[in-house]
Amino acid sequence: MSGVGAQAEKVEAGKVSAAESARDVADRLKLAEARGLNATLYWSEAMLAAEARRVDALRASGVALPLAGVPIALKDNIVTTDAPTTCGSRILEGYRSPYDATVVSRLRAAGALIAAKTNLDEFAMGSSTEHSAYGRVLHPLDPERVPGGSSGGSAALVGAGVVAAALGSETGGSVRQPASFCGIVGVKPTYGRVSRFGLVAFGSSLDCVSVFGRTVDDAARVLAVIAGQDARDATTVAQLPLELQPVPGSLTGLRIGMPKEYFPADLDAGVRAGVDRAAAALRALGAELVPVSLPHTAYAVPTYYVLAPAEAASNLARFDGARYGVRRVGPAGDLPSLYRATRGAGFGPEVRRRILVGTYVLSAGYYDAYYAKAQQVRNLIAADFSTAFGAGGVDLLLTPTTPTPAFRAGEKTSDPVSMYLADIFVSAVSLAGLPALSLPSGRSDGLPVGVQLVAPAFGEARMLAVAAALEAAMDATGEVR
Amino acid sequence: MTTWETVIGLEVHVQQGTRTKMFCGCLSSFGDPPNTNICPTCLGLPGALPVPNAEAIRLAVRGALALGATVHPVSVFARKNYFYPDLPKGYQISQFDRPLATGGSVQFESPARGTVVCSITRLHVEEDAGKSLHDRYPGRTAVDLNRAGTPLAEIVSGPDLRSPAEARAYLVALKQILVYAGVSDCSMEKGTLRVDANLSIRPAGQSALGTKTEIKNMNSFANVERALTAERERQVALLESGGRVEQVTLLFNAATGVVRPTRSKEESHDYRYFPDPDLPPLVLDAAFIDAQRKALPELPDARRARFAEAYGVSAYHAQELTNDRRVADYFEAAVKAGAEPKSVVGWVLGEVMAGYNASGQFKWTPARLAELIAASKDGRVSHQAAKQIFDYVLQAEPGEYTVTGIAAKLGLVQVQDTGALEGWVDEVLSAFPGEVARFRGGEAKLIGFFVGQVMKKSGGKADPKGVTPILQKKLRS
Repeated sequence: MSGVGAQAEKVEAGKVSAAESARDVADRLKLAEARGLNATLYWSEAMLAAEARRVDALRASGVALPLAGVPIALKDNIVTTDAPTTCGSRILEGYRSPYDATVVSRLRAAGALIAAKTNLDEFAMGSSTEHSAYGRVLHPLDPERVPGGSSGGSAALVGAGVVAAALGSETGGSVRQPASFCGIVGVKPTYGRVSRFGLVAFGSSLDCVSVFGRTVDDAARVLAVIAGQDARDATTVAQLPLELQPVPGSLTGLRIGMPKEYFPADLDAGVRAGVDRAAAALRALGAELVPVSLPHTAYAVPTYYVLAPAEAASNLARFDGARYGVRRVGPAGDLPSLYRATRGAGFGPEVRRRILVGTYVLSAGYYDAYYAKAQQVRNLIAADFSTAFGAGGVDLLLTPTTPTPAFRAGEKTSDPVSMYLADIFVSAVSLAGLPALSLPSGRSDGLPVGVQLVAPAFGEARMLAVAAALEAAMDATGEVR
Repeated sequence: MTTWETVIGLEVHVQQGTRTKMFCGCLSSFGDPPNTNICPTCLGLPGALPVPNAEAIRLAVRGALALGATVHPVSVFARKNYFYPDLPKGYQISQFDRPLATGGSVQFESPARGTVVCSITRLHVEEDAGKSLHDRYPGRTAVDLNRAGTPLAEIVSGPDLRSPAEARAYLVALKQILVYAGVSDCSMEKGTLRVDANLSIRPAGQSALGTKTEIKNMNSFANVERALTAERERQVALLESGGRVEQVTLLFNAATGVVRPTRSKEESHDYRYFPDPDLPPLVLDAAFIDAQRKALPELPDARRARFAEAYGVSAYHAQELTNDRRVADYFEAAVKAGAEPKSVVGWVLGEVMAGYNASGQFKWTPARLAELIAASKDGRVSHQAAKQIFDYVLQAEPGEYTVTGIAAKLGLVQVQDTGALEGWVDEVLSAFPGEVARFRGGEAKLIGFFVGQVMKKSGGKADPKGVTPILQKKLRS
């Protein structure tokens, strides 16, 4: 399988047709299915063939296609007209959107082949992709383990070499964490950089369409296509196009902060060794590594688990059985019984848990103690980062992405809080709305570990360039100890 | 026996007169087939997002400024969460603790208290819900989402109204202001103005407010007054019989004139308001707000005062002329075309208004009306003939016409030629020698008899103003 850039170049040059590219990815999707990866919720040779014909017609029209014939998988909470969108939930079983998400329109216009819709934790709520109504996704290297989540299907497909790039979504780390688990690159853009129109909402103030790639370059090329203000999403921000920079040969003059709160005593040794390897590589490239402090880090997970469920409870109110999706009517036959039966049968336990939490924290009498307080803490967390990048004078932050490598399936499903803590190093960045990525830094007992780079708002271009330099300087498939 | 004081506050929803909805590009029109003006956003489909309609915001700002309210440079959209089939997202996008505007007032004439200034607590923007149709299919409810997402401005008054009649007078004044400002057509019939009324009573002299009830489902200003009267009587009867008022929502039945509580389950709503994360705070810069203030037309109160001052019309006539901005504009245009204001008042409040109320339009342009008034004034047509000409144009709707052309066509041009008038006078004087003798003997009031006879002889065409001097001259010679 070629990388994104190489594949697009071959198709643009006419060395490979879009149809061949489509057939190749179909073959790899079949193999993945045969392995029982359970990473996809929908794909079809007919859809791929139609995509290939569309790309050939575009090519014939002579427009430049930066993703010509590049197969890209989409997390199944991004709506498309040519496939169902289930969000990994029973409540949307069979639902088909009458419109394409903005990111899908942009991918299509750039010549990409929409290859598959991928499995996910129901409504993107989870850190292991075990909370899908359609079964768990296997880790591409160890079937006993989870690929991370909630974008586990996209991560597993990229990790298994089925596609070079895929879209996921992040609310609190749902791309960086599985990227780290699966040994691939996961890039979360600045909030407001990429349109959310057509991304089924979970926590709207946090949700970001995000990108997986085999390499930094794969992810960066896709991000450059989907980025940009969208008249249909009022929270997107007018910015210059994301111009990818050449990979720097030297990082002299670059200051990279290592926040002490991200290196607790009980941090997994392999993960720590991965960060050490990255730090050493950055130093060798000329960067200066300095200790910094983000003092409100400990509050990130609890803050996230007030705000995200509050928004989710409201966002998921529309799934009521009245207009689309699954509809059940309870014994009483009245309106409340329609809601109870539809939502009771349609939502899985993790979604129900978060709706209950979210409803509670917004209730009269509790709003100030929970939601309002969490908003205040969110501001403090964002201020920590502003201080580090401002007065602290650092250009980027380097941290571990996750506290451990991929854990075993079933290990955390009965303990929601331990599952939530799998996102401890990624959720603060989401609350601050900043761009960040996870980059593989090696293997620990055969399992990938990753490091996280965090940049100031709209600092994606430099973050990606530094990540590419670091990627080239590390042996990310080698054991770290 | 206790004297009860009534305390009323009104929540008025007006639909801004925009072409499209509040947060999407669907048409905001009325009366289309069900579920035709809909899209992913106003259907609340998964993934769809709202984008504010700048025109709806601009009109709400105009409304707020016309009410003398303070428009805030930053206001916040909030979600009001509740489940109902005609609310596609399971929440309504509204504003809560940071509304578009606060403060402001409406001044009106109270039947009992003279000039009253009712405070406006706040004005905020929001989206409407769809419509549930319970009578379309037996035992089932149909939902029409054409209205879902249409823009609304909610205007909340202070508890400053003291009678159902005042509530009605307030509504009339509020509607006038909003129509003048071009915010909305404020039609209760089309649902572009809706009223929820809060009423409580308390013993006269007590400052603490009593328990209030909310009344909904009134479809005209008259019914607002009827419903409030019924509710006041219900509360008085309750309290005087030793009961207490429960805080409930009541529906008015216009057919029976009775208010009845809605199902009590709906009372315990906790709407869980929180800032809508899909919409950044609404930021309006001072220059924009200022430009909207400058672009406001003259409002009804100011116009009334100016009409009285500039045209010498009575306070009553100034009120009547300015109730409807189009009528006031018409009046001023006719005056500008050269007609004398007092004559224009008579015509506008009489024939012109009758025609306008019947057809909704002015078939006489103000300039033509001025021409008609001039012809009547200088005697080319009689006052009676002028009215005939006016009515003829209303009914026949001739395309191009002039007043004199129509007068000629209808044979209504008055004869002012002295020779012709003298001929008719001579014939009359010789036909009534007895009356001539009595006039000359001192019965001066017989002049009217002679004028009448000349008019009769001329077939109504003689200009009476020309006839009298000729009669006087010939009778005295």
